[in-house]
Amino acid sequence: MSIDNNIAIDIQNVTKMFGEFTALKDVSLDIKDNEFFTLLGPSGCGKTTLLRLIAGFEAVSQGAIMLYGQNIADLMPNKRPINTVFQNYALFPHMNVTDNVMFGLLRLGQEKTNAKRRVSEVLELVRLSDFANRMPNQLSGGQQQRVALARALAPSPRVLLLDEPLSALDLKLRQAVRLELQQIQIQTGITFIFVTHDQEEALTMSDRIAVIDGGRVQQVGSARDIYEAPENKFVADFIGETNLIDVNVSNLEAGKGSCILPSGENITCSAAKGARAGPGHLSVRPERIKISVSGKSLLEGTAVRHIYLGTDLHVEVKLSTGGNVTIRMQNSTQIQIPDVGQSVGLDFDPSSARLLVD
Amino acid sequence: MANLPKTTSKGSANTYDGFGIPLILPAWIIIGFFLVIPVAMMLVYSFLTKEFRGGVIWEFSIGAYDQFFFYRGLFGDSPPTIEWTYISIFWRSIWQAGLATFFCLIIGFPTAWFIATRTGRNKPIWLFLITIPYWVNLLIRTISMKFLIRDNGPLNEFFLSLGLISEPFHIINTNFAVQLGLFYSYLPFMVLPIYAAVERYNFALSEAAADLYASRTVTITKVILPTVKPGIVAGCILVFVPSLGAFLAPDLLGGAKNFMIGSLIEEQFKGAAGNWPFGAAASMILLSLVLIVLTFYARSQIKDQL
Repeated sequence: MSIDNNIAIDIQNVTKMFGEFTALKDVSLDIKDNEFFTLLGPSGCGKTTLLRLIAGFEAVSQGAIMLYGQNIADLMPNKRPINTVFQNYALFPHMNVTDNVMFGLLRLGQEKTNAKRRVSEVLELVRLSDFANRMPNQLSGGQQQRVALARALAPSPRVLLLDEPLSALDLKLRQAVRLELQQIQIQTGITFIFVTHDQEEALTMSDRIAVIDGGRVQQVGSARDIYEAPENKFVADFIGETNLIDVNVSNLEAGKGSCILPSGENITCSAAKGARAGPGHLSVRPERIKISVSGKSLLEGTAVRHIYLGTDLHVEVKLSTGGNVTIRMQNSTQIQIPDVGQSVGLDFDPSSARLLVD
Repeated sequence: MANLPKTTSKGSANTYDGFGIPLILPAWIIIGFFLVIPVAMMLVYSFLTKEFRGGVIWEFSIGAYDQFFFYRGLFGDSPPTIEWTYISIFWRSIWQAGLATFFCLIIGFPTAWFIATRTGRNKPIWLFLITIPYWVNLLIRTISMKFLIRDNGPLNEFFLSLGLISEPFHIINTNFAVQLGLFYSYLPFMVLPIYAAVERYNFALSEAAADLYASRTVTITKVILPTVKPGIVAGCILVFVPSLGAFLAPDLLGGAKNFMIGSLIEEQFKGAAGNWPFGAAASMILLSLVLIVLTFYARSQIKDQL
């Protein structure tokens, strides 16, 4: 078998059972060398289980996990050149920052003087040099998070696993740390596998994202891929917001599909793999729909509700054919916002709509 | 509505501060009356002269301490030599208490770990089982143990009937029997504080250690033991201190040869042969020993806090 050095982690048909419960079902994924890869999904979808399988805290029920061509599925966690940033950091409470960061280096048999040098190197990388002698309980949440990162980076792992490391931080800090993490990933060149349930985090940081639900990989792709071209209803709905409009699919070829809208209009747009002729769903993002007060339009209805979001405004429109559609508008004085009760026409560019598999 | 307390975030923390002294006062009174005063009395008694039928004469004397440490001949007029009798009783007590602490730790730690790692409803059941022996008085438990381990007791009969031994094990009236009694009496005092510490232990720390290339042994010595150390130290103190002053187990299981401090002190306050100042002096020496141990503990605690 040839070894592809571009693949850091190759997950091959991995299944994980907890008793009768199937946490992961036949999961296969390639994670490229030097990639910022995100496992995204709702809680309980199996993303953390997958991370724990890669780290070695759980054993696979079936399948193989290849690390640069070597199967590591049967190795104990302490034999895998992979380090983890834990969700609640799991810093050793009885050790100061330096000793926490040095822990892995000493276990690998590094000499103390070399280890110390490496510790100050990584502490500098995470901008914690001034805190080297503090105990974990003397640090803020953000600082603890960076110690956890430094501790995992210190032994220069081949792959770094991050288990929702930002979930315990407040919003402002989370946004700052996102950029920092991305920079550190680029600087160190280590493959990052990042687990999160926060789609915004996933979209802003990742090279590629695997959307996971119900123990299966739903879609793998760049942020743009999964947002613009979701493969199924779950992905369309979980990543951002979307309107699902019932349509009748008439013709499918080469990734394109023609469909008839409830209003009787016929449009042609991109179709997900596996889309079939017959009744189907058309996904249109709320920000892609335009409201026109007069003239002919693709859909028609009545404005029923405004939801104020600050920079944006959601307008809920009840279609004359039944069902609701949400439109996202900029909260600007230049745009005319329909009053509640007003009849409106809705238009969208067919190229920004997508036909989905159920 | 009018009676609702003000719950401004600033005020609420201080609202109940006024209750601090009334809350602690009953405990202070009890400690004052039943701990400070008796100990002070013992201290005073230890410097008095003994009355022959028990009790004291109010006359200052360091005779009790002198008697503890020095031998001055039958009539008290020879040059003093070190009196080893009591020192060796103390030494045996420390040794026995230390040994009991060690065995309680060896058995108690895995037990506590086992209980703390059970899931859901099982935990309280196991804890409940640990406390059951405490429903029976210690004296009765110690006497039953005496019956159990004596030469023609059920334990020996069982082994004899199996043909494993041809002569009964001689356990009663040995140091080993005392050890057994101490171990059995104080084991729960080791289990419970360690349980409390392990219960709080974050098992992600073990995963973090393994993730950072630590073997199982290193995880135990470098991560688990240091984190649950407060529980271990508390357990050791709770076993060591009462073992040191125990008198039931040495009395009932050890016989006359295996005297410990507790029995020595007890004798001094019992009947006409008693010597109150001497008993009080022995108590004070025991108390000093305990305080030395606790001071070391307190120091290590303070160091850990920094």
